[in-house]
Amino acid sequence: MISEKTITDFIYREAELLDTMQWQGWLDLFHPEGRYWMPLEWQQQDPVLQPSLMYEDLLLLKVRVERLAGERTFSQKPKSRCHHLLQAPQIVACDATAGVFKARTSYIYTETRGDALERYSGWVSHDLVQVGDDLKIKLKRVDLVNFDAPFGNIQLFM
Amino acid sequence: MAKYRRNAHAVAALVREAEVHRDVYVDPEIFELEMEHLFPNSWIYVGHASQLSKPGDFITANIGRQPVLASRHSDGSIHVFYNRCPHKGVKIASEPCGNTGKFFRCPYHAWSFKTDGSLLAIPLKKGYEGTGFGDTQANEGLSKVRNVVVYRDFIFARLNDSGLSFKDYFGESLSTIDNMVDRSPDGKLAVMATPIRYMHTCNWKMLVENQTDTCHPMVAHESSAGTAVKVWKREQGEATEAPMAVQLYAPFMSPYEFYEQSGIRIWPNGHGHTGVNNSIHSNYAGIPGYLDQMVAAYGEKRALEILGEVRHNTVYFPNIMVKGAVQILRNFIPIAVDRTLVESWVYRLVGAPDKLYERALMYNRFINAPTSIVGHDDLEMYERAQEGLTTNGNQWVNLQRLYEAGEQPDATAVINGTSERQMRNQFHAWVKFMTMDMDQHVEAAE
Repeated sequence: MISEKTITDFIYREAELLDTMQWQGWLDLFHPEGRYWMPLEWQQQDPVLQPSLMYEDLLLLKVRVERLAGERTFSQKPKSRCHHLLQAPQIVACDATAGVFKARTSYIYTETRGDALERYSGWVSHDLVQVGDDLKIKLKRVDLVNFDAPFGNIQLFM
Repeated sequence: MAKYRRNAHAVAALVREAEVHRDVYVDPEIFELEMEHLFPNSWIYVGHASQLSKPGDFITANIGRQPVLASRHSDGSIHVFYNRCPHKGVKIASEPCGNTGKFFRCPYHAWSFKTDGSLLAIPLKKGYEGTGFGDTQANEGLSKVRNVVVYRDFIFARLNDSGLSFKDYFGESLSTIDNMVDRSPDGKLAVMATPIRYMHTCNWKMLVENQTDTCHPMVAHESSAGTAVKVWKREQGEATEAPMAVQLYAPFMSPYEFYEQSGIRIWPNGHGHTGVNNSIHSNYAGIPGYLDQMVAAYGEKRALEILGEVRHNTVYFPNIMVKGAVQILRNFIPIAVDRTLVESWVYRLVGAPDKLYERALMYNRFINAPTSIVGHDDLEMYERAQEGLTTNGNQWVNLQRLYEAGEQPDATAVINGTSERQMRNQFHAWVKFMTMDMDQHVEAAE
């Protein structure tokens, strides 16, 4: 039975997998049709006909993860690390009958590489679905508070 | 101590036939001189007329480091101004775009200006009577950039009053912009999306050179494009049709021979493009309905001619690159000697299917975003170069690939696609537009 706590635990677990660079474990959280979306506009509605920073399916996320470990991935020499600081997720929907599980979480995200450290903040929205006993990510939407600012490399996942 | 200021000879000596001195990338004085000479002497992209569709619409931009403002006047004309109030210098517009209504109003003391820049009103105007205000530059309103050309809706400006005319400056290179516009069945482009912005901690010229550097994709992008191809083959097998995403990534891994035969075309004044005979954009899947629309608009022969031109990257010297086949313009905006803001714009082909716009937006986020794995590959190289060039062991950058003694400057030619001649072409233009008014400044100073 999926409870609000199940959703909250899922989101904390996801952040832990990213912070500890357990990339395969993180990919396993996605539904086969899952998407990772970073909009480029305020309250953006359309990921495809409006510009986005990222809108990627599982295949493209696998490419990213595999690239991080690549022998000739020079932008990962040295490797990046990340840290997620999450506010308690706000449950938007938890309806087992309808199969709708949604949460919105305010975050501060830190990505560091070599001597450089960058900090980002915003809100992440999880659309989750139940598969067997588990939750899977249908859509992870990452809205940066300053989505329109010029960033340097963001190589890991918020 | 100034090493290059008022010294056209020293500036010219930084560029040899097939080598350039590292100071062009790392010396802050050279960067200052670029802002004072190179950018004001060149025709610089300001924006697109579709961003100024109604009277009162405005956009802000920078030419070199100088803030400018472009507006659509009530009579339909487009004007470009220096973005400062003639009173105390306050920037008139601070947003990237907007509509000011019938006039601009300075937020500090409410001086107001018509959308053609002329002074409309000053509060307590009486206080200026008998002061000789009528003879001041302030009385003329917003200072105008006088040399402005709108070419097929692309707005270019040259700050200096003297210099090459727009036509002489760009010449035949405008054919890439023509091709991009012609790809719309309505012959029209529209900016509908905010640009992707990406900060680069490197000199702006590294980015420009990379646009026609065809010997790096299969090396630097093995990690991104190479991995994309590998993962797709493993996960989905070659039997399936490559999804749009893989179609965009895969050609980056084309072998040297592909780039060699695809060719580079150079033009005078530092312009040039890769992908003369074919390009990495040649083999995308057709978009249903598009060809029919094009044939209906242009006739079959002309439609095929337009779509058969699949140029890769066209460099418009000094600092933009246009990709007609995917409707993208990248603007390499210099911030400091080691800092460049890249704004990548997508144009919608008016009247064409949504799918084409979807592909252009996808290409832009795959290749030009701070979250782009291809971008990560490139920026890593630029940053390493910016650091590496501070070493004193060798102070020269080598641009010798396929160099031939006696290469004519300002030539039009089609050459082997792995040549570094377009980079040499750019540096020839760099010297020309850096030094063309330096002697005048010497006279003025003396």
